[in-house]
Amino acid sequence: MSDENENRDMLICRCEEVTLGEILDAIDEGFVTVKDVKRATRAGMGLCQGRSCSRTIARIISERTGKSLEEVLPKSYRYPVRPEKMGAALSREGEDESNN
Amino acid sequence: MKRLKRDIVVIGSGPAGLCAAIEAARSGAAVLLVDENAKIGGQLFKQIHKFFGSADHRAGVRGIDIGEQLLRQAEELAVEVWLNCEACGIFDEKTVWMVRDKEHSVAVEAQRIIIATGAVENSINFPGWTLPGVMGAGAAQTMINIHRVLPGHRVLMVGSGNVGVIVSYQLLQAGATVAAIVEAAPNLGGYGVHTAKVRRAGVPFYTSHTVKEARGNGHVERAVLVKLDSQWNQVPGSEFEVEVDTICIATGLTPAVELAFGSGCRPFNSPPLGGLVPVHDRMMKSSIDSIYIAGDVSGVEEASTAMEEGRIAGLSAAHSLGTITDQMFAERLEQLQHNVDALRSGMFGQKRREAKDAIVRSYGVER
Repeated sequence: MSDENENRDMLICRCEEVTLGEILDAIDEGFVTVKDVKRATRAGMGLCQGRSCSRTIARIISERTGKSLEEVLPKSYRYPVRPEKMGAALSREGEDESNN
Repeated sequence: MKRLKRDIVVIGSGPAGLCAAIEAARSGAAVLLVDENAKIGGQLFKQIHKFFGSADHRAGVRGIDIGEQLLRQAEELAVEVWLNCEACGIFDEKTVWMVRDKEHSVAVEAQRIIIATGAVENSINFPGWTLPGVMGAGAAQTMINIHRVLPGHRVLMVGSGNVGVIVSYQLLQAGATVAAIVEAAPNLGGYGVHTAKVRRAGVPFYTSHTVKEARGNGHVERAVLVKLDSQWNQVPGSEFEVEVDTICIATGLTPAVELAFGSGCRPFNSPPLGGLVPVHDRMMKSSIDSIYIAGDVSGVEEASTAMEEGRIAGLSAAHSLGTITDQMFAERLEQLQHNVDALRSGMFGQKRREAKDAIVRSYGVER
């Protein structure tokens, strides 16, 4: 991440197509945890829910601000932890299964 | 919603979950083992190489053969298995919400839950990292060893740890050329037995180097490598290109902690074991009495340690339900803990042992 300026167009969150430049700008505006950056940019709000990018974003924040990774990483998660359709969340399995 | 009930629900059927289910079932508990994939076994069936370690841990046996043995044991013990079943949440410390076949929801009330969700591969970012042809080393391994498809013909491996060198060797066996292995650290990370095989095959290693960029028109065609100084900064002017169509990333794993932390398990930061992990004791119990954890989610190690931890979790969870006597529990636990300690001894295991001890100490302090 040493060539920050020339790499500003590089995607960090592929699901929501958020670039390094957008994340750096958010950090400079004062969004200095992974959760904050998510709210400001949507990074980590897509299909994978930050499973691949949240660690990268934590590292970028840490390098930019000098905070430790532990301070900036999320410690809580929301359900469902997998992307599901509303239909699947609402539809219940057949009664025979419930009789097991 | 009408609820099903089970003694123990094990989430994830990799080495840890599978062994947890077997041990718990053997100890007399009614076990439901669930996995989001279509097949049981997690990463175990991709491991076509012989495991390293002592004879007690079946070193010299291929991962895939260990997997077959475990499958037979699970069948003999009549472990109930649900595949294509995603555990989406844990409520009230005991109810697991699952979505089966991406279609419908089931809530299972478990007296004990064992979370064995494993880990996910770390990504690294460089211009071009989203080009087709850049993938996790684990993905490449799945392609060659499960689907029997070559991901590409000339591969750059990023990372020289065990995953990097083992997958490199398997890519060679599958007919690909490994153009180079780059390692950001000044020293190689993998076990000598695995590293030497790749070295003997003529693969060049570049320590203190990383990928600066992937280039290509719609697909990886070249990688630009760059030297790193002792402060991990890129050395200007040291760039050079290697012609590759595939870049595999093997830069470590992060514990898959979403379910554990979502359910309220207390986190502990363990950089040597992959970052934030749920605090747990020697019996693999989390900070929540009804939730146990095992395998990479409790700190990234190896399949062999994951299996022993799984057995400990399965045994402890079953014992806490009173399915075995205290004496049986104590005897078996001593044996399993001896096994796992042996795996964490020696020059390779010491660091992991210290890291695990720190987690266990933290459990005791804050409880």
